[in-house]
Amino acid sequence: MYLDRATRGEKISGAKLTAVQYGILLMMLALAAGLWRLQVLGADNFRVLAEQNRIRKVPLLAPRGKLFDRENRLIVDNYPSVSCFLVREQNHNVDADLPMIANGLHLDLDQLRAQLNHYRAAPGYQPIPIKQEVTPDEQAFIEAHRNELPELETIDVERRLYPRDGFAAHLIGYVGEVSEDMLNNDMRYAAYEPGDVVGRAGVEETYDQVLRGQDGSRDVIVDSHGREVGYLRTQHSTPGQDLRLTIDNDLQRAAELALGDRNGAIVAMDPRNGDILAMVSRPSFDPNLFTVRIDRTEWNKLITDPDHPLLNKAIQAQLAPGSTFKILMSVAGLQEGIAQDLHVNCSGGANFYGRFFACDARHGAVDIHNAIPYSCDTFYYTLADKLGIDRIAKYATAFGFGQKTGIDLPSEQAGMMPSAQWAMKNYHRKWYAGETISVGIGQGAIEATPLQLARIIGGIASGGHMVRPHVVMPDQLPADFRHAIEDTYPGTGKVDLPIDAANWQIITDGMAQVTEPGAFHTAGSAHLEGIDLAGKTGTAQVMSHEALGRTDKGSSTNPNVWFVGVTPRRNPELVVAVLWQHGEFSYYPARIGAKVVAAYVEKQRRIAHNLAPTKQAAPDKPAEVGAVWTTPDGPRKPDGTQSARLHAGRFFVAPADSDAARLTAQPAPGPRPAQAVSPSQLGVALPVRRIRLP
Amino acid sequence: MPMRRFLSFRDFDWGLLVVVLVLCAISVAEIYSATLLTKFHGFHSRQILWICGGMIAMFVLSRVDYHRLLDFVPWAYGFFLLGLAAVLIPGIGHKALGGRRWIKLGPMLFQPSEWMKLVLILMVARYFANLGGRRLTWGDIGKAFAMVGIPMLLVLKEPDLGTALTYAPVLVAGLFLGGINLRQSLILLTVGLVLGAGAWSSGKLLKPYQKARLTSFINPDEDPKGSGYQVRQSLIAVGSGGIWGKGAAKGTQTQGYFLPIPYTDFIFAAFGEEHGFVGAIFVLLLYFFILMRLIQNAQTASDLPGSLIIMGVVAVLTFQIAVNVGMVIGFMPVTGIPLPLMSYGGSSVLFTFLALGVVMNVRMRRFVN
Repeated sequence: MYLDRATRGEKISGAKLTAVQYGILLMMLALAAGLWRLQVLGADNFRVLAEQNRIRKVPLLAPRGKLFDRENRLIVDNYPSVSCFLVREQNHNVDADLPMIANGLHLDLDQLRAQLNHYRAAPGYQPIPIKQEVTPDEQAFIEAHRNELPELETIDVERRLYPRDGFAAHLIGYVGEVSEDMLNNDMRYAAYEPGDVVGRAGVEETYDQVLRGQDGSRDVIVDSHGREVGYLRTQHSTPGQDLRLTIDNDLQRAAELALGDRNGAIVAMDPRNGDILAMVSRPSFDPNLFTVRIDRTEWNKLITDPDHPLLNKAIQAQLAPGSTFKILMSVAGLQEGIAQDLHVNCSGGANFYGRFFACDARHGAVDIHNAIPYSCDTFYYTLADKLGIDRIAKYATAFGFGQKTGIDLPSEQAGMMPSAQWAMKNYHRKWYAGETISVGIGQGAIEATPLQLARIIGGIASGGHMVRPHVVMPDQLPADFRHAIEDTYPGTGKVDLPIDAANWQIITDGMAQVTEPGAFHTAGSAHLEGIDLAGKTGTAQVMSHEALGRTDKGSSTNPNVWFVGVTPRRNPELVVAVLWQHGEFSYYPARIGAKVVAAYVEKQRRIAHNLAPTKQAAPDKPAEVGAVWTTPDGPRKPDGTQSARLHAGRFFVAPADSDAARLTAQPAPGPRPAQAVSPSQLGVALPVRRIRLP
Repeated sequence: MPMRRFLSFRDFDWGLLVVVLVLCAISVAEIYSATLLTKFHGFHSRQILWICGGMIAMFVLSRVDYHRLLDFVPWAYGFFLLGLAAVLIPGIGHKALGGRRWIKLGPMLFQPSEWMKLVLILMVARYFANLGGRRLTWGDIGKAFAMVGIPMLLVLKEPDLGTALTYAPVLVAGLFLGGINLRQSLILLTVGLVLGAGAWSSGKLLKPYQKARLTSFINPDEDPKGSGYQVRQSLIAVGSGGIWGKGAAKGTQTQGYFLPIPYTDFIFAAFGEEHGFVGAIFVLLLYFFILMRLIQNAQTASDLPGSLIIMGVVAVLTFQIAVNVGMVIGFMPVTGIPLPLMSYGGSSVLFTFLALGVVMNVRMRRFVN
């Protein structure tokens, strides 16, 4: 027996058991106090945390506003696409998954690592964009690995579709991800998040706030694996505002074709109101390259090209205006009462201040009436000498040389108008009288952009009515936004500098003579029968004659050639400025300008007489269109819902085939003409969504 | 020999059993709710089976006189000690969930450490009853330590920190009720603290993850992805329940799987989220009633070993409740100790009912003599 009798009567003392009871009571009270603290005092706080756990805000990106030309023809469209993001917040070791992610999404592993490294300091909940334009099989990969790779998220985006061939590329600009530099250093982007798509150039940048719309969001209920289990609240996005540009597609097309592959720019403007009707810069680029993350090699190619394809030469090329400056000289000379009575005998140049200044030809007797069509340097040397630099600079500055025009495009350049003060301020030297002679023919330190010349010469032809150029129709914008744009892009803007009627007539008649056939007329070959085209050519040496003789660098030493033309000669409807960098003779740009003017006048006459457009041969190039459609996916379920597959795609449709009936039959299988949908079509099948069918 | 007529189920503690079954019903309902959307759906019916099995085991065990059990217990102690040693041998011990805790017997998994709990309660009761309440010598205390310490170390080796820790209250209760005096207990406490600190810093006794679990509860936000994550999610679950709770099967933390294992170790958090402060306090009151009822039974037991057995059960249950609920509300580290009668799991249910069976056993024989 294990126990002896003696212990049988023993008991545990009641005091000890009571102590145990009190101990347990104390423990229970402590636990109850803990529960009170959490569930009564801290409930609100923990409820918020619980909601944060299960609700994820998924942004619904607003589609960007589309861009139309002045006749409401679509220029820039959107197409649906899918982007993939990585969120490190999940309770998950992301680094171990990277090889799998890189493999499934066809990314370079090292590049992916570098990309994540880049965001190391960012908070964990911040989505890191890792892949755009996710293809159907990549999408399937993400869906199939929801459990293993909960950090991957996809989002539907509307991506920009620009004209492929660089049509108006510099004017439209492009969009891209906001850079770290912009986020940190530019006040305009203070409210933006990394990964946001913003306009990075052209209209896309200037009007970003209007175009971008307001992103919405959806509260998605997720479980701890990040799987979506339901929706709570949807705040729909507000699409960006569509914008009507001042561009005329027909004129833009004509200008693009007229300039061809020449390195240069064309600006066509309505000098009555400042509407830019066409703006071309060459060489061009494909803005679509930027909508998806731009390839490094493509980027390097663009920025190392000596002809600067990304530069909008229409507003950024600052070059000596050459003889086009003589129009301004004529205004100054006539308004000052000097040019009317100035008669010069041109013998191929003249001596000023101990130096010989050459002229192109021996023009003989020249006065203000034939000085413009002859573009006689000797006359303008003399005029410049008589006016002096101060008076020249006064007129030039008043009309806008050396100042931005205030066009609603980013990075406009101001050009340069030298003067005595300028020399003193910048070089601490006196102005040499000889410099005035060079300035008189638009050479020397003077620089202007094509847009400036279009505005100034268009304004002079309009009797001194100067306008602020713009590329977006202002009537569709709220007034305060319009004023904000004007403040952000300051310039000479709209001013009236009345020119005496007689002087105005002399100058405009002289310009009209330029394109009339005749001895010494600089652009006789640009004459358009039945069209009142007035203008002025210009040739600006990039090197002095002596230096030119010593080098042999081919076309890069060719002068920059200009033409600025208006039609009709007085109170013109159109002014065209053409720049051909390192071009040949100045009558070439005049012919280019004449083509644009002809296209314009023909169109106006057609409209005025209600004529059908001239029959053109249908272009062979297939047109690109975007489309979205759904197809049923699987059988209809008893509750009346049915899965549907949303498809989106871009297609190249041959114009000859592009009637509406064919387009609606798009998803139908069956033999189709080979060129109707080219093999390069890009179909994107989006994830299966359940939609309720009626 | 005592007369058999006293052994009727009329003397069974029916009140205690009713409260236990109420807790079991709450447990089954909460397991159902917590596994509703998971692959563990259906665990609640398994739990019902375990409870039925536990009740049968309880009734069977209550029939066998606890004095016979105490006669027999040294053999069981030896047997399970061998079992605990055998578990550690890779060929015999079956490994699962990061620990080598099981012995495979045909289709059944046999966990010696769980049985050892019950054996230790009886063993310690027997030991201190034999000492007869006289003043303990250091030799007596040393033997008691060895009796509990050896299986404890073996279980710690598995590793199974949670089960190893539940052995400790058995020893503490035995020493306290068996007659340790104040001086001895103060010396033991001091030595224990010094040794504990030494073991902690030596790093040999505890694995790093065990240490991390022990410390992360102090500041769960410091390590939101590791073991602190569980504590943090548990706090959010309990706290967001508020006064009235979010409703059955409506707990966002539970249903969204943010709460880790909401049907076993964290079932109290799941219950607290869905039924709020009111529900949680109700469950605590049920536990309080059970414990008080057990102590009352210990008081009315016919002899010292009977009282000691019941107080051993009280010690283990109190310890488990304190540690588990404490863990759920952030007072205690995550140790993997289930909440008796609430957490899902066969061994936990079986142990609790067997322990109650022994208690009933003692109660039914309270009028002997």
